[in-house]
Amino acid sequence: MSTVVLLGVTGLGLGALYFLVASGLSLIFGLMDVLNFAHGALLSVGAYATWWAASHSFGFPLALLFGTAVGTLAAVALELGLIRPLYRRPREQVLATVGVGLAVPALLSAIWGADARTFPVPGVLAGTFTLVGASVPVNRLVLVGAALVVLLALRLFLGRTRHGLVVRAGVEDRAMVTALGIDVRKAFTLVFAIGGAAAALAGGLAGLYFGSVDPTQGSSLLIFGFVVVVMGGLGSVGGAAVACVVVGLVQQFANYYSTAGLGDLSVVVMLAALLLVRPSGLTGRLA
Amino acid sequence: MNVPALLRRWWPALVLVVLVLLPYSALPLPGLLDGPVGSPGSLQLLALCLVFGGLATGYDLLLGRTGLLSFGHALYFAAGTYATGLLLTRAGMDFWLAAALGLLAGVALSALLGSVSLRMTGIGFAMVTLAFAQAGSILVQRDPGGVTGGEEGLAATGLPTSLVGIQHTANLYWIALAYLVVTLAAVQWAVRSPIGRVWEGIRENERRVEVLGLRPYGFKLVAFVLAGTLAALGGVVYLLLTGGATPQTTTSDFTLSLLVMVVLGGSGTRFGPLVGGVLYTWAEHRLASLAGSGTIAGLPSVLRVPLSQPLFLLGALFVITVYALPGGVAGLPARLRTRAVSRGAQA
Repeated sequence: MSTVVLLGVTGLGLGALYFLVASGLSLIFGLMDVLNFAHGALLSVGAYATWWAASHSFGFPLALLFGTAVGTLAAVALELGLIRPLYRRPREQVLATVGVGLAVPALLSAIWGADARTFPVPGVLAGTFTLVGASVPVNRLVLVGAALVVLLALRLFLGRTRHGLVVRAGVEDRAMVTALGIDVRKAFTLVFAIGGAAAALAGGLAGLYFGSVDPTQGSSLLIFGFVVVVMGGLGSVGGAAVACVVVGLVQQFANYYSTAGLGDLSVVVMLAALLLVRPSGLTGRLA
Repeated sequence: MNVPALLRRWWPALVLVVLVLLPYSALPLPGLLDGPVGSPGSLQLLALCLVFGGLATGYDLLLGRTGLLSFGHALYFAAGTYATGLLLTRAGMDFWLAAALGLLAGVALSALLGSVSLRMTGIGFAMVTLAFAQAGSILVQRDPGGVTGGEEGLAATGLPTSLVGIQHTANLYWIALAYLVVTLAAVQWAVRSPIGRVWEGIRENERRVEVLGLRPYGFKLVAFVLAGTLAALGGVVYLLLTGGATPQTTTSDFTLSLLVMVVLGGSGTRFGPLVGGVLYTWAEHRLASLAGSGTIAGLPSVLRVPLSQPLFLLGALFVITVYALPGGVAGLPARLRTRAVSRGAQA
């Protein structure tokens, strides 16, 4: 029983990381039709910024805030500098993000080395607590809590604010929003900032979860982010939330109860099976 | 016909003849290659360049000809390499039989996975192919039952003696060249066939093809399987060239580098992807040796740190290409010509 609880909570923690990556990806794709391959790079930037701040005795909450801020700035710079000049060429936008996704991890490993750096986990979060007989690491709770906060904030933002309304309308029909005289470009920068912040937060928390940061972390998390986005239905934050829980749990349980690595495989097989039954994902949005 | 017209028509044949004769040349190309052209080291690099030129050409069948953005091409390449390598080392099969079966594995895998992933269109397709390739990559790296060699890779044994060793590099080079020629011919033939016309239609406007009463799914699957087959063949040649299989060829970064090659050279053109593949492979090797040399080590750290990472330079170069050179290297002459014409019109 205690193993099941531990695996469940760990799976939820992993799912929380996936959600943080996937929510931004999904919004960016839904609004702009850009598959952001630089999202993993944003995550890595956030991870390294958090690591840097945490190892310079910022204190963990402040370091996380710093990492998120750096990631947000990087995302805004990416959007304004590289994506905006290519608005009429969606395929080139994807290609430009591919280039950034290759270059940034290479740059990070040039500066801080290709090997993993130990993440200074604060003492409060390094311990465990007892849940139904299982001793569960505290950091799993932090991850799940952060993902829930981000989910709630996104829900409120999309549902209750004017900018959120523009984003939602843009996801449905961008041409119509433009025809109504609303400058969708501002919303583009906004979703990039939100996505970048969530990804960078995921980066900082991934440091906590794995206990280390390395330059390739971003791209490996990004791939499962893609899986979650497709399973949840492109452009849907709610769908991503459901899918990330499923993916995280299946991965953990399958990895534990069969040989390691089979969990990652089973996630992909699940994706294939889902697409055979419902080509448009869980929420039925068209790709 | 006068000489320039003949040259314009037959220059690919001329280039091919020169390429075939290269192993007999002792021409030194300082800066471009380490040793003279005919030396084993240079031939090995040239052969790699040719293989990647062929791979990029095959990949462009999807990207530039049919408009399919696949992020899983590495899987079919790795299927060729690993299936052949496994049959050679673990089953002790004859090389030619193993190569044929390896190729068949690539065909079967691309047909199976293509038929699933083509149920999605556009970006969804890209993500699904990526997910499949990732699954393959995980499988190879986790090393089930100790067969794939995991992170270490697989050293091929039982290769024909005429294809092993430094003294036989020229043979490998010719095989790489043959692979390139086969790929170019297959792509050219397929693109000109009636199916190729439909691919062009799918690339321009898939809905319109449907309205004409054709089902794009089947046509796209043919393109996918053909491209997968060519990739698997390239994988077999790569196995010969490097004497084994490495897990790096299964990763998504490998597919992304193919994408970079195609875009760098010029997507949807006859020789563009080839040029891109050759340039990328050459640059990657030269930059890596440059990074280890004294010229870089003497620079201040602001310059030295980014320059020591070939992937950073290539990524940056790629972004610049996407911006400044939308048609890639192959589109360069036409761009220069139109610029000259428009300037002439202004004067």
